[in-house]
Amino acid sequence: MNLIIISALSGVVMMFSGLFVKNNRTISYIATALIIFLSLATMCELGAKSWFNIPQAEAMLRTSVYGKLIGVILTIATTFYFVLSGKDIERVGKHVADYYALMFFVLAGAGILLSFQNLLMLFLGVEILTIPLFILTGAQKQNLKSNEASLKYFLMGAFSTGIMLMGIVLIYGAMGSFDLSVIGKKAQFATPIHGANLMGLLLLLASMAFKVSAAPFHFWTPDVYDGAPTVFTSFMATIVKVAAVVAFIRLFEGSMEPFHTSKWQILVSILIACTLLVGNITAVFQQSVKRMLAYSSISQAGYMLFAVFAFNAFGKEGITIYGLSYSLATIGIFSVLSKMQDITFDGFNGLARQYPGIAFALTVFVLSLAGIPLTGGFLGKFYMISAGAASNSSYTWLFILAILCAAVSVYYYFRIIQAMYFKERVSDTPVFEVPVSKAFPILLIVVAALIILIGINPQILLQYLYF
Amino acid sequence: MPINYYIFLAIILFCIGVTGVLTRRNAIIIFMCIELMLNSVNLLLVAFSKMHHARALAAGAANTTAGIEAQLFVFFIMVVAAAEVAVGLAIIVMMYRNTHSVDINFLNRLKN
Repeated sequence: MNLIIISALSGVVMMFSGLFVKNNRTISYIATALIIFLSLATMCELGAKSWFNIPQAEAMLRTSVYGKLIGVILTIATTFYFVLSGKDIERVGKHVADYYALMFFVLAGAGILLSFQNLLMLFLGVEILTIPLFILTGAQKQNLKSNEASLKYFLMGAFSTGIMLMGIVLIYGAMGSFDLSVIGKKAQFATPIHGANLMGLLLLLASMAFKVSAAPFHFWTPDVYDGAPTVFTSFMATIVKVAAVVAFIRLFEGSMEPFHTSKWQILVSILIACTLLVGNITAVFQQSVKRMLAYSSISQAGYMLFAVFAFNAFGKEGITIYGLSYSLATIGIFSVLSKMQDITFDGFNGLARQYPGIAFALTVFVLSLAGIPLTGGFLGKFYMISAGAASNSSYTWLFILAILCAAVSVYYYFRIIQAMYFKERVSDTPVFEVPVSKAFPILLIVVAALIILIGINPQILLQYLYF
Repeated sequence: MPINYYIFLAIILFCIGVTGVLTRRNAIIIFMCIELMLNSVNLLLVAFSKMHHARALAAGAANTTAGIEAQLFVFFIMVVAAAEVAVGLAIIVMMYRNTHSVDINFLNRLKN
């Protein structure tokens, strides 16, 4: 509850600070102070009760320990994002305070998605999450690419919302309630599964696959991520995606009992296989690092969907580790990318010679995304695949495919390392558009150290799941 | 009237909306088709609300509130759709200022 209420209030504070504060740097400082306060507030909620005790809301929002922990992860990732990319957010356009306000509103939507207990709240959470993103995508008003991306995102997002609503209504028609626990209880006794309920579940599955950009519903992702201002792509590909995956799990976890048969796993395994193949194979052919990261975020979503395949404790632990290590690594890479002049692989040429600190941190991020041992990304992938194997070991082909796809991903991720360390810089243009501050490489290395720490000792994170 | 009629009407409207989104090339018309989808959902919600209410009454409850949550849901959909219209039309206007067109065939700068 802390996350939802405080982030919504912070959004309002940011909107007003846009009126009264003229200096962009000050606005960034205010936003950073607010997000640090927000992460502290979510951490306080982890061990104790919420600051806001609203028993009447129990039917709508019910926070589990797991949801609280994911909330902490999201706010910590956002804190690092604000600190690392604050200067890039200031460069996007004139309305800096509004961008921060919109991002706080996105966090409020994420908070709802982590704890919804009613399909009405699912709908509201998804909308609060996505509507600010349409605006952020189109933040560069004169840039045609940004315009195009935001129009595409808007049309596709609204379309998938329509499909989601139809799914919700069909489930309501069959079950007579929007409450997830009531639906779950009723569905246990309704065998064979009611036709309208089944149709509704399939429509919900399609629209949620759309939101997490799982293939074959992924086609909007590369264009939108490519067209949006690079700083905001970072936010969309990490925090928003993790929140959407967690909502996906929560939606189908308790309530869809009759669906948990072998048929459900066939459906999800096809979804995962398509997502992994499309994401990884298309990413190989990209020249722009930004577009490559867009496809890689599709394939990472494929790994996270193993939790939807399995629905067990392994999957939850996996999402926790995966969410944090993936978000931090991607935020780190994007924070460097959004400062660069040339966002193709060639732009990274010779970076290690000029900026050894940044190059080292980037290497750790890339290793983590590719899933090399000792990094958080490896443990994330390990937990996800073992979650799948623990729930149903007859899907050997899927697990082998996942491991092979991780091997393929090494190719395109390591092109960044190759460019940084083994290629010479031919042109005289500077690597970065703006001079980077001295603190920036240190911060990046702190983030990289955090990723390695999770990779060595995941218990520091997972112990909170079992308070 | 049986509930079937309402379900068929809503599903036909929904399918018209989906077809329009997939086939039309004008951003505003696509937008109208999305609104049609949302409104077919509203219609179906109200019909189901009445159905569950009647069913609860038939089951013997004297003064039941069953089905009321679906009508509340309709208001939420209306409010959210209005918020979406505000953002969506702003995006379309922004697009129109730059390209002097709302045809989505112009949306091909991001393809490789």
